[in-house]
Amino acid sequence: MSHQNPDHDDFIHSEEFLHHLMRRQLRLSIACAAAFLILLFGLPLANYFAPELMALRVGGFTLTWLILGVLFFPFVWIIARIFITRSMALEEAEVLLAAEGNAKRKA
Amino acid sequence: MPEAASFDYWILAFSAITVIVTIWMGFRSAKTSKSASDFFVAGRSVSVGWNASAISGEYLSAASFMGIAGMVMLSGYDALWYPVCYACGYLFLLLFIAGPLRRFGAYTIPDFAEGRYDSPVFRKIAVCFVLFIGFFYTMPQMKGAGTTLAYIFPGLPYWVGVAVVGAVITLNVALGGMKGITLVQAVQYWIKMFAISVPVFVLLSVYGGYGKNLSLNQSASDVASPPAIVQTVEPGTPQRLALPEKAPSDESWIAPFGPLTTKAATAAGLSAEESKPLSLLYTFSLIVALVCGTAGLPHILVRFYTNPDGVAAKKTTMWVMILIGVFYVFPPIFGVLGRNFLPELYAATGSKGPDKVVLELPILIREKYGILGSILSGITCAGAFAAFMSTFSGLLVSMTSALAHDVYGRMLRPQSTPAQRMAMFKWCAILIGGVSVILGALVEPLEINFMVGQAFAIAAASYFPLLFMSVWWRGMTMTGAATGMLTGGLCALFSATLVNASTLALDKGPMGKLFSGFSGMNDFWKEHPLLRILAEQPAIWSVPLAIGLMIVVSKATKKTVPENIRMKMLVLHAPEKLGLKQEYIEEQQGMGH
Repeated sequence: MSHQNPDHDDFIHSEEFLHHLMRRQLRLSIACAAAFLILLFGLPLANYFAPELMALRVGGFTLTWLILGVLFFPFVWIIARIFITRSMALEEAEVLLAAEGNAKRKA
Repeated sequence: MPEAASFDYWILAFSAITVIVTIWMGFRSAKTSKSASDFFVAGRSVSVGWNASAISGEYLSAASFMGIAGMVMLSGYDALWYPVCYACGYLFLLLFIAGPLRRFGAYTIPDFAEGRYDSPVFRKIAVCFVLFIGFFYTMPQMKGAGTTLAYIFPGLPYWVGVAVVGAVITLNVALGGMKGITLVQAVQYWIKMFAISVPVFVLLSVYGGYGKNLSLNQSASDVASPPAIVQTVEPGTPQRLALPEKAPSDESWIAPFGPLTTKAATAAGLSAEESKPLSLLYTFSLIVALVCGTAGLPHILVRFYTNPDGVAAKKTTMWVMILIGVFYVFPPIFGVLGRNFLPELYAATGSKGPDKVVLELPILIREKYGILGSILSGITCAGAFAAFMSTFSGLLVSMTSALAHDVYGRMLRPQSTPAQRMAMFKWCAILIGGVSVILGALVEPLEINFMVGQAFAIAAASYFPLLFMSVWWRGMTMTGAATGMLTGGLCALFSATLVNASTLALDKGPMGKLFSGFSGMNDFWKEHPLLRILAEQPAIWSVPLAIGLMIVVSKATKKTVPENIRMKMLVLHAPEKLGLKQEYIEEQQGMGH
């Protein structure tokens, strides 16, 4: 039991660090989710309020079929790609921040 | 169709090869998986490429391979929400759940439930849903199996196909465990991808492009002002066949808010204007179920633990989304071609209905290209086998782990030796396989894709709120989590079962008699179309209900928030490089485990 809680009052274990961590992660996730949800819930609404526009023919497809059956997938890949790149950068930054914070407290 | 009665050796040969290769790989890898850890999570040593293929292979079930095509053929545009949301649910998993859960490190969702709340009791509650969701998800896989076997061997009763496939896979899982499954699943993804795409390319080159085939179906606005495109069908392209009476009209098929979402309102005799808002509600509820449900599927989450680290887990999710996204473009094409060139399926029901369009469509080119048609149909049958075999295997492993690892290993006999648990794993696999076969034999009249949607709705109302809230809100208590998960999940389970029972009561075959007690429900649904929609697609009310209860009950039981919650949240959210996980484990052990 003796080796635990040796320096649990350091920066990594602080409330401040946790808050900062979760807020930044959640903000990134919510931004990406919003971009996705706007299209996901917007498309039925567009079908509902602008049926004629959505029934326009594009190379044989109706516009709405083309969006939902084909174009939706690449759109989601782009969001996923952005999220992964950003969240990895975020983790790097957090590791640095944690090291800096710890050094500051000790000093 | 004179050919339907005869028996095609090509089709049999391709299917037989798929089954034999699957079993052979299972047995071969059974030799290399020895320890209990190998059995449960494949020793946690699977590379990104293999793991992404394996997750995709496990995820692309009979619903994806056969069900979507059947449903697009039957219902048109509205059915497209299924493939899109099946693929996009992964984005939600990636954004909110995959990373933290991987950092926390646990074998299964029940492991997470116990670790997050330091509560073995909660583990027992959480384990139930592995079985609930699992059984709901195996039913459509079994229907896929019965339908495919009835197609290969004309005249074979549906239930025999279900029993044979169920027995083969159960044996395979009982002997191979998950180590075998990872390799098998990965290979099966590529079989499915090949089997869905190659026939589509051949069929499109014979019958004209995707867009051209869609343009044969005129929407309401096309009729009002006939555009030039419809007339540009080249003389060489075959004209589409006449639709039977049971088929939906062009206008309702190609446009949103068609037969799938207006069914309840039409039955109640509402006008088109009155039923449109209800259709919108149906669509939204379906989207919520599918997108949130993906994150709560027990057999998918367990695979995130087989990644070496959190970065690999994220990369895996990205690849999974690409692999399944590409796949999901193809099945609707079968549905569109099926409507144009195989309309007689509209008149049939059960295992002879639109759910088999993927299997039967390639046969059409036999007249022109002879044996090529048989070979292509053999390929799609092989893909169908890969589809229901891989998903059923994955579910069987998850459900069996829950029974052997949790119920037996932790609740009934905590002092059992690893050897006893391994033996129990085999017996549990046989038990669960048997129950799945019985359930599968009951559901012939229900659509494959529809049933999978229900499994997603139950997952969305139980595991998704649990995972989402536990990861992001430190104020959650065990009581709050359990109340929300149980209420939301059981409400969704109950309403889905009620809808299924009342649909089965309409069947003209033996199932109609078995479920005739529920036929009164159908009169009630006619009176109350809104309630019918809310019962058929429960996610829109059950997910907020679960989350709301979690918040209210947790606030009321604030005192029972786990003591070391800050440490737990740090482990969930801090980068793995900081090494908090190791520290946390040591502390937990220090506390007297």
